[in-house]
Amino acid sequence: MEWFFQQLINGLALGSIYALIALGYTMVYGVLRFINFAHSDVLMLGAYAAFFIAPAIQPLVPLPSLTGALLVTLFSALICAGIGILIEFLAYRPLRTRPKLTVLITAIGVSLFIEFTCQHKAVFGADTKPFPTLLPSTDFHLGSLLVSSNDLVVMFVTVLLLVGLWFVVQKTKVGTAMRAVSFNQQAAALMGVNINRIISFTFGLGSALAAVAGILYAMKAPGIEPLMGVQPGIRAFIAAVLGGIGNLPGAALGGLLLGLLETFVGGISGLSSYRDGIAFAILILILLFKPAGLLGKSSVEKV
Amino acid sequence: MPSLFNSQPSTALGGAKRWLVAGILLAVVVSLFSAQFNRYYLGIAIDCGISIILAVSLNLINGHTGQFSLGHAGFMAVGGYSAAKLSLVCSPMVPDSLKPLLFLAALVLGGCVAALIGLGVGIPSLRLKGDYLAIVTLGFGEIIRVVVQNMDSVGAASGLKGIPKYTTLGWTFALAAITIYVVATLVNSTYGRGFIAVNDDEVAASSMGINPVRYKVTAFVIGAFFAGVAGGLYAHHKQFLSPTGFDFLKSIDIVVMVILGGMGRTVGVIIAAIVLTLLPEVLRQFADYRMIIYSLIIIGLMMARPQGLFTTGWKKKGVAAV
Repeated sequence: MEWFFQQLINGLALGSIYALIALGYTMVYGVLRFINFAHSDVLMLGAYAAFFIAPAIQPLVPLPSLTGALLVTLFSALICAGIGILIEFLAYRPLRTRPKLTVLITAIGVSLFIEFTCQHKAVFGADTKPFPTLLPSTDFHLGSLLVSSNDLVVMFVTVLLLVGLWFVVQKTKVGTAMRAVSFNQQAAALMGVNINRIISFTFGLGSALAAVAGILYAMKAPGIEPLMGVQPGIRAFIAAVLGGIGNLPGAALGGLLLGLLETFVGGISGLSSYRDGIAFAILILILLFKPAGLLGKSSVEKV
Repeated sequence: MPSLFNSQPSTALGGAKRWLVAGILLAVVVSLFSAQFNRYYLGIAIDCGISIILAVSLNLINGHTGQFSLGHAGFMAVGGYSAAKLSLVCSPMVPDSLKPLLFLAALVLGGCVAALIGLGVGIPSLRLKGDYLAIVTLGFGEIIRVVVQNMDSVGAASGLKGIPKYTTLGWTFALAAITIYVVATLVNSTYGRGFIAVNDDEVAASSMGINPVRYKVTAFVIGAFFAGVAGGLYAHHKQFLSPTGFDFLKSIDIVVMVILGGMGRTVGVIIAAIVLTLLPEVLRQFADYRMIIYSLIIIGLMMARPQGLFTTGWKKKGVAAV
């Protein structure tokens, strides 16, 4: 039973991070209908932004502290939002009317470009760097359970951002425009929605969430390196498909489910070495039995 | 023009057959002299041949049939490991005179196992389209890697060592010629027009009585077979297999060969396979920048010439306004 609750907490913390990343995938898929492979690299850039900002603001705000952590996260999110908008502007916008496969291959190219540029010794280097401590962390003992304050922060931040995102998408003008673009781009344009601006906004928002996820992930990971985004990125994508791609609550649900499944299966001795394959096995199973995802609606192709 | 040079249906199959015979004869003649070649160049020539098999077989799936697969390295791994395991187990029992037969058996086994796995992966996943299919095939490649990493009988994470060196220039180029022949004549045959029909317009093809899933699975299985054969050649060439050698990047390498050469253009894809295999050797002193340049090539190609470098007659596909 203790084992169960311990895995539950670990799984929820991991799943929260997947959920944050999955939101970025699903938002971009919602408006542009393609998988933004470079999303996982924006996550890595977010962690690196925090890595460089933390010592820079150290003289002004002491670290680790709550204000310091908030400032670092805010700046990293802004930088990544800018990077996301830039990627869309430079790489995806010129290809908007091309076949989706062309855009997909370009996205893979952008992802490889960011990864290999960052691995170059003149940029970040391929080695693992220790991530600065942004928040004071303590471990709580609830009976025999061990709960790290970092895990609680991760879950709290995720819930906060989910509520905020829900508010933006459902209650604001720009959110209404986002939903309109994802529903029918041409009709939205005819109604006076500035498509380019909405797509830029979507990329910025998704990339900012990825930056936060990257910082949260780096807080739990032993260190940061240029390929750190690949594994959580692929899992988050699977989470987005699991929940029904293009569906925001679905992405959050998919992220949590995937985090829980991975932690529970990884905790069973004998299966733990297959942990990396589990996410993909789940993906193939969903696509077999419920191709539209758990919360997605299946659509019929019109000619 | 021989039918090999275009993917348009043609009745002159005799032309392709002549090319096949010429290719195999050339391979045999070259292999007679291979002892005189520099070992380094010989190795690179074999690498080129293996790349050609991989690229041409992926071209059947990605180019001619239009199904975007990112898991070709996975099939190569399956074929390579199966073939290597067979020859490792059997080579002490087989007399030297029968070694070529053993090698052939190993290659065929590798191809068949890969084809079988291709069938198992293809039937469920080929109902999906575009990027979904890309992700499922990518996922399959990762699953293969994880499974191999946990299999002690094939060396797990430390790799499979001591595979006998059976691969020669003759074997490689003869098999490359056979691959090109099979793919080129298949897409030029009456049956093979189905692949191109599925690529052009799936809905229209199925309303003409073509079963798109069946054609896609067929292309997938044949592509997987040749990828498995290439894996077998690779295993007996490098004499060492490790699961990390068949990762996502290897699949991307093969995909880029197909894109650079032009989807569905056999000759272009062959040239691209040779160029991209030689490129890292030529750019050895710029090794640090190699992958950065490589990724920029992918992006630039997609922006400027999505039809591939060696394609001349290219009609821009209309974007469906649904």
